[in-house]
Amino acid sequence: MSPDRRNAAVLGGNRIPFARRDREYAHASDQDMLTAAIDGLVARFGLQGQRLGEVAAGGVLKRSRDFNLTRECVLGSALAPETPAYDVQQACGTSLETTIHVANKIRLGQIESGIAGGYDTTSDAPIELNDDLRRLLLDLNRTRSTTGRLALLGRLRPGQVVPATPRNEEPRTGLSMGEHQAISTRRWGITREEQDEIAVESHHRLAAAYDRGFFDDLVTPFLGLERDGNLRPDASIEKLAGMKPVFGDGPDASMTAGNSTPLTDGASAALLASDEWAAEQDLPVLAHFVDAETGAVDYVHGESGLLEAPLYAVPRLLERNGLDLQDFDYYEIHEAFASQVAMTLKAWQDPAFCKDRLGLDEPLGAIDRDKLNVNGSSLAAGHPFGATGARIVATLAKLLAERGSGRGLISICAAGGMGVAAILERCG
Amino acid sequence: MSGDRYQALANSALGSAFVKRLGLPAPPPLERHEPGMPVVSGPVVFGQARGGRLAEPVRDILRSIGARTLDAATAADEGGRPAALVFDATGIDSSPRLRALYDFFHPVIASLGRNGRVVVFTTPAIEAGSVAAATAQRAIEGFVRSVAKEVGRYGSTAQLVEVAAGGEGAMESTIRFLLSARSAYVDGQAIHIEAADGDRVVPPADWERPLAGVSAAVTGAARGIGESIAATLADRGAEVLCIDIPPAGEALSRVANGIGGTSLALDITDAGAPQRLADHIGGRGGRIDAFVHNAGITRDRTIARMPPENWDMVVDVNLSSQERLTEALLEGGLIGARGRIVSVSSVSGIAGNRGQTNYATSKAGVIGMVRAWAPAMRERSATINAVAPGFIETQMTAAMPVGTREAGRRMNSLLQGGKPVDVAETIAWLVSPASGGLNGNVVRVCGQQLLGA
Repeated sequence: MSPDRRNAAVLGGNRIPFARRDREYAHASDQDMLTAAIDGLVARFGLQGQRLGEVAAGGVLKRSRDFNLTRECVLGSALAPETPAYDVQQACGTSLETTIHVANKIRLGQIESGIAGGYDTTSDAPIELNDDLRRLLLDLNRTRSTTGRLALLGRLRPGQVVPATPRNEEPRTGLSMGEHQAISTRRWGITREEQDEIAVESHHRLAAAYDRGFFDDLVTPFLGLERDGNLRPDASIEKLAGMKPVFGDGPDASMTAGNSTPLTDGASAALLASDEWAAEQDLPVLAHFVDAETGAVDYVHGESGLLEAPLYAVPRLLERNGLDLQDFDYYEIHEAFASQVAMTLKAWQDPAFCKDRLGLDEPLGAIDRDKLNVNGSSLAAGHPFGATGARIVATLAKLLAERGSGRGLISICAAGGMGVAAILERCG
Repeated sequence: MSGDRYQALANSALGSAFVKRLGLPAPPPLERHEPGMPVVSGPVVFGQARGGRLAEPVRDILRSIGARTLDAATAADEGGRPAALVFDATGIDSSPRLRALYDFFHPVIASLGRNGRVVVFTTPAIEAGSVAAATAQRAIEGFVRSVAKEVGRYGSTAQLVEVAAGGEGAMESTIRFLLSARSAYVDGQAIHIEAADGDRVVPPADWERPLAGVSAAVTGAARGIGESIAATLADRGAEVLCIDIPPAGEALSRVANGIGGTSLALDITDAGAPQRLADHIGGRGGRIDAFVHNAGITRDRTIARMPPENWDMVVDVNLSSQERLTEALLEGGLIGARGRIVSVSSVSGIAGNRGQTNYATSKAGVIGMVRAWAPAMRERSATINAVAPGFIETQMTAAMPVGTREAGRRMNSLLQGGKPVDVAETIAWLVSPASGGLNGNVVRVCGQQLLGA
């Protein structure tokens, strides 16, 4: 922690349970969900009518008219309407990135308190006009003469009525995230068994955390859903073993719907503040936000896979803070795909990768798996892209508070070849 | 909630004639407190049996309230219907002298306005000084309860307030409550005020917001009576921690945000709940001034047909968890001097109810708990009391069979069900810093239900 800057504290979080696509939240909009997440947070901390420094949130799948969606949510929430807000869009890293923004402003003394959050709906997804039709209509708007307009209308074709639906694929490669990760999975030699084990453990740990009430002050039911809809407490290796691969091809294809995150709807929010503000409000500090690093890789031309940026961002973050990979009590590695987690751990133990790619004499080494995603992660909870970061921040902060002291590492891979990493700490 | 359609009909122009002709019960519309309303809307007739000890403090309080006070002798000449009849009966020391009650009330009671109030003061029997005085003081209870039954059909109520020696300075919050529309559905009650010095009774700077600066907590706050309690305490100035089970979280957030309070998702039956509650309060300012045990459930079956889980769940939610939380709050020092605990009991716990052996057991147990804790609370300059609601119109009663619901509504002196706010107002009075003389009371909010003592 830089001695010249003050602390940014994580005070808590709130999210709605995550729902699988087209289930409980089929008719809920991003705005409905984020407003619910914010209002639940406001209720937990008694922030009604308060002017916070800012609310920063974002999502991936959103309509162009929702340019100020977070601000709209603030206006519809119990917060003071004088609370400013803005949207950030950084794929799956979105709400860890918003957490960084809010924390940095707090540490610089620009704001005293703020909410970082995210949202995403895959059910209430925007549907855009077919690009041909869109251009034609824009031309029509620009054309003054009747004959010109008639000529343009004559170009209308039935095929143009088919709308363009948003797709979960990289614009530069045409491959989906799963297809990209299938390439990495093969390259790193990640087995089906490893992946299924990670997935089963995620479900079991998330279910156990719910059962012991861990999420009672982190999750507020919404539209009748009380726990994450994707959670399968009875998940087993046997059940997962029966599932067919959905990404990759050939006999060694190993990524199934069971060890990949499903399309999910949800929203989350975390409350951050200066220590002084927390003390004034009589609110306990769960943990401090120490530092963060966002990285990117050239997955288009380079040798890196789409979801490999955290492999590089984390070592840079460790070095800047003078820490070894083993200096943590908890690791939160976002489970976009079980194979992404397995690949990350494998890469950091790989002498060749650490030397050639990271420029390290020694590999970062292994971590204690009992400290990894101890309350489950995205494979069980689901992964509404924009909402995952704030979910993890609040979860890790509470874990550190329960432990009394310690340090936690967050690593989130994101589309576009990006990755966001952060360190939280609680001093004893 | 299905409203009381019969009451609406009976008070309509056409309906009232119909109801009168058939001799059906005609439930009076009850006036309830609205912001800006005075404590009493008309003159108060005050009388005293010779030798009484409360005339001076009561007159002082009536002055503080801003009530126009009339003497019984002149009341008739002054004109206008009195809004309240207040009588100090502490001077009655023998049965022949009970005649003073007849002499005061007989000429004026017919002039009492609608939604009127009758309040009679007595001395606790053990302090009466003689067997004859104790006998006479106890006799007054029968008088007041009968008056309540006579005036109920006009929406008026009658209560007895027993003031112990040394409790004279602790009467104001109670007199204000009983004379006002806030006590609309409290009827035929005997309330005990114990000796309480200035340390234990703190009159508020503003009687409209007597809970300003008070930190309160309400269990079962996500809906129904609990929601109303939370809202009423917040309205009187309290900061309210709204507690309910995790599945009720969405409604709980709405309630907390609606009243500017905070929410805590907590299953009070969890073994770890007392510790979690203590940690939560400890982390957020470290004290609770007023804790309201409201969370409760019913799982009705006759004892012969009741599955064991119905028994276990009801007793655990309604009683055992209250015991555990109370102990944790007191042992953890989270409820300090002038702290207040109120437990929601039920008339079922007093009178019993078919199909509710489990519920009535738990609610009678709540009364036992309150009485048992009262001496220890007094030692800390704190108080513990219970309220026992009768038929209160909620989602729970709306789901009752029509016959049971109709019977429940009418079988009381006011001929109607109460509202959640009636329970809430009663609790707001009990938790007030000015109510330090109220300890170990069980106040029914039942419109003087015909069942039970």
